[in-house]
Amino acid sequence: MFDGLDPVILARAQFAFTVSFHFIFPSFSIGLASYLAVLEGLWLRTGKQVYLDLFQYWLKIFAIAFGMGVVSGIVMSYEFGTNWSVFSTKAGPVIGPLMAYEVLTAFFLEAGFLGVMLFGRSKVGPRLHYVATCMVALGTLISATWIISVNSWMQTPTGFAINAKGQFVPAGSWLTIIFNPSFPFRLVHTVIASYLTTSLVVGAVGAWHLLRKREDLHARKMFSMAMWMAAIVAPIQIFAGDMHGLNTLEHQTPKVLAMEGHYEASPKGAPLILFGFPSNAEGRVNYKVEVPKLSSLILRHDLNAPLPGLKDYPRDRWPPVPIVFWSFRIMVGLGFAMLGLGLVSLLARVRKRLYDWTLLHRFAIVMGPTGFVAVIAGWVTTEVGRQPYTVYGHLLTAQSHSPLAAPAVAASLLAFILVYFFVFGAGVFYIFRLMARTPVVGESEPTHDPARAAGITPAPAIDAESGGRG
Amino acid sequence: MWFDPDLTIIWAAIIAFAIFAYVVMDGFDLGIGILFPFFDVGEERDQAMNSIAPVWDGNETWLVLGGGGLLAAFPVAYGIILPATYPLMIAMLLGLVFRGVAFEFRWRDPSHRPLWDAAFTMGSLVATLAQGITLGALLQGIEVSNDAYAGGWLDWLSPFSLLTGVSLIIGYALLGATWLIWKTEGRAQEHAFRLSFRFGIAMLVAVAAVSAATPFLHYQYWRSWFALPGVFLTAQVPLLVLISAFLFFRCLRRRAERAPFLLALMLFLLGFAGLAISMYPYVVPDQITIWDAAAPHDSQLFMLVGTAVIIPVIIAYTVWAYWVFRGKVGTHGYH
Ligand code: HDD
Ligand code: HEM
Ligand code: HEM
Repeated sequence: MFDGLDPVILARAQFAFTVSFHFIFPSFSIGLASYLAVLEGLWLRTGKQVYLDLFQYWLKIFAIAFGMGVVSGIVMSYEFGTNWSVFSTKAGPVIGPLMAYEVLTAFFLEAGFLGVMLFGRSKVGPRLHYVATCMVALGTLISATWIISVNSWMQTPTGFAINAKGQFVPAGSWLTIIFNPSFPFRLVHTVIASYLTTSLVVGAVGAWHLLRKREDLHARKMFSMAMWMAAIVAPIQIFAGDMHGLNTLEHQTPKVLAMEGHYEASPKGAPLILFGFPSNAEGRVNYKVEVPKLSSLILRHDLNAPLPGLKDYPRDRWPPVPIVFWSFRIMVGLGFAMLGLGLVSLLARVRKRLYDWTLLHRFAIVMGPTGFVAVIAGWVTTEVGRQPYTVYGHLLTAQSHSPLAAPAVAASLLAFILVYFFVFGAGVFYIFRLMARTPVVGESEPTHDPARAAGITPAPAIDAESGGRG
Repeated sequence: MWFDPDLTIIWAAIIAFAIFAYVVMDGFDLGIGILFPFFDVGEERDQAMNSIAPVWDGNETWLVLGGGGLLAAFPVAYGIILPATYPLMIAMLLGLVFRGVAFEFRWRDPSHRPLWDAAFTMGSLVATLAQGITLGALLQGIEVSNDAYAGGWLDWLSPFSLLTGVSLIIGYALLGATWLIWKTEGRAQEHAFRLSFRFGIAMLVAVAAVSAATPFLHYQYWRSWFALPGVFLTAQVPLLVLISAFLFFRCLRRRAERAPFLLALMLFLLGFAGLAISMYPYVVPDQITIWDAAAPHDSQLFMLVGTAVIIPVIIAYTVWAYWVFRGKVGTHGYH
């Protein structure tokens, strides 16, 4: 029944679906792992109970998010072979070793210490436990480094040659491959995005509990920490994004032109299109609202600097402009909204109203999920913007896929959609239930099942635990 | 270069090691999933689950290393085998999704615990079956032209591959049951002893059936097993299987707590050695040798430098993590 469909489109849809789902979890667990390390460190230094309580509270949530990150990640690592076998055969000699290093240096580290972090507090003592927490946090960052290096190499490939079989093979130094031109920008931008995403979630949970009980010590602490993070990191993220864009302009010009919606070249300064409806078929942006010369100012730091247009490039090398144009605006718009939240929270601090300004709390709750939206929008910009290539400038997406029939790919896509919505839907629901509960003094360990007297069982039943809540 | 052994052989050995590590380590996790319905609801199930909760993630990581290592060191093989076994890979991945989340979810939601317990079992069963069938599919041969898969999407299905699928289920269940002998006590342990006995017998039958069928699949296997003088070496494998099996049942009868697990591992190791004899030097039987599939020397060398340093470190902290959770899980968790 799926015979009429194009297997390449299906494979792309499947990759986009599974990787978007996957990335939702790492973007939270990278930030949360670091936050947990900070909380436990503060507890060890100050001995204040509130830090330990918050640590235990977020650790339970971390366990669920991390588990979902792991299972969706394993899918990704096999999907290269199942759906993109030609790409794997050709690019394997370059990206394979980087991904193998990710497994060796990051995944084993995370997994090896995760068990101790979750279930081992009473077995190894507080200091060794803290080491385990730090190792897990470090593992998530190392993992991000390698996988971003791989992705960046696909965007801006360097340091390779092409052999007789048509494979990309390393030529010269591995450092040129790992530190390819877009890697530093992308890594910084993505890791900050994770921190920002996490701080928005923590802030929203804190705000929600403050709305219900504004003298709650735990809610105050987490809200305040999260708002500091947002206020400091949001401007840095905007700056990093700007730098990233300049780098992309240099190496992937058509992508930036798609983000900006520039079909025509602008020899005397390009306008910044705020909104509009780009159309690849007509080759222009309809109903646009624009500010003259601003685009040149942002991208070239000069009002009258010339910019090329997509029409300077062959039409079959254009990315799908409308998607890139809109996803980019979503990300940037949300970035400025996050900056706004950070600034308002600073104002609230100055006015000493951080904990009783309900409007601020409502704002923080609304902003809670926006980090995820911005992160996905950012990746869509990056990935769709590099079309029609998988290895930019060298290997077309249409030549990368496996020799599979459409029914096979369609059936598996359907299976992924059903399973992911069911399983991860349940997981997200459990996370919400944990968040709905106020942290309490003497917050239980995830290892402690209150139903038993002296038990150390992996995780408590939240019903039993939240029984006392009003 | 001052040191230039054949990196391809070294990489074949490393990947074989990773796959073996995966099979035995995640093998007992999956085995516990397969046996789950046999356990009483409540304490017995909780004990079984707790005995693997802190370590399953690390165990599963060997699978990622096997896949990632194959992509890196033998990209051509990776690009052939995965599309050839496409539905199996998808089924395995989805199975692992269900089984992986069940560890957390069953504790978070007591009212739906039976649902997540069922997901745990079904996920483990499907993942194991898919792995076993993949093995059979690989042994029976894959159609290749121009370094790419050239068959249909159901070529893997055959009586032989189904046999290997079922055999792997039996094997993992055996590992799971013997692991529980080690980690539990009381009624749960009694139960594990009984299960180990039954699955031990089933395992012998399965090994015999698969061994008997394999040499007839390809001329190549026949030659690797029965040509002189190699036969003097290869004949040791079945002999050792018999000895291990004998010891296994003796230890079960004497109520030894660790030996059954170790002997079950021995059986797996022998099966794996048999497999290596059959396959070598091919990764895709009769079509692609490890040298045909190999990545360039530079790629292999770059990884080897890191691997040689990092794998021992990984083994060290993995052993430490197991050490932290040593001893019986007991009815109240670890003590
Ligand atoms: C910027 C970060 C980032 C990005 C872009 C990706 N991942 Fe990821 N991944 C992580 C950050 C991460 C992580 C934070 O390190 C995770 C989340 C939970 C975990 O265990 O580690 C993880 C888990 C994870 C796992 C499970 C590891 C385990 O068994 O412990 C695999 C196999 C992958 N990922 C593979 C991929 C692939 C093939 C990707 C691209 C297509 C990918 N990830 C994108
Ligand atoms: C985690 C965040 C990521 C997201 C949300 C994401 C999103 C996407 C999307 C939307 C597509 C489809 C593009 C299209 O069909 O037009 C795609 C394709 C692809 N991406 Fe990503 N991507 C992510 C990370 C990565 C990483 C880290 C890699 C490499 C390791 C990668 C490799 C690919 C490949 C191989 C394809 C298929 C070929 C293609 O259509 O370009 N992606 N991704
Ligand atoms: C308003 C300021 C922002 C600007 C100017 C900006 C700029 C950019 C640019 C130009 C890219 C595409 C890079 C490329 O592939 O060529 C990008 C990607 C991305 N953005 Fe942003 N961004 C901003 C805010 C944010 C925010 C607030 C988040 C998330 C919280 C975010 C998350 C991402 C992610 C995850 C990617 C994909 C990974 C990457 O290529 O770095 N961005 N951003």
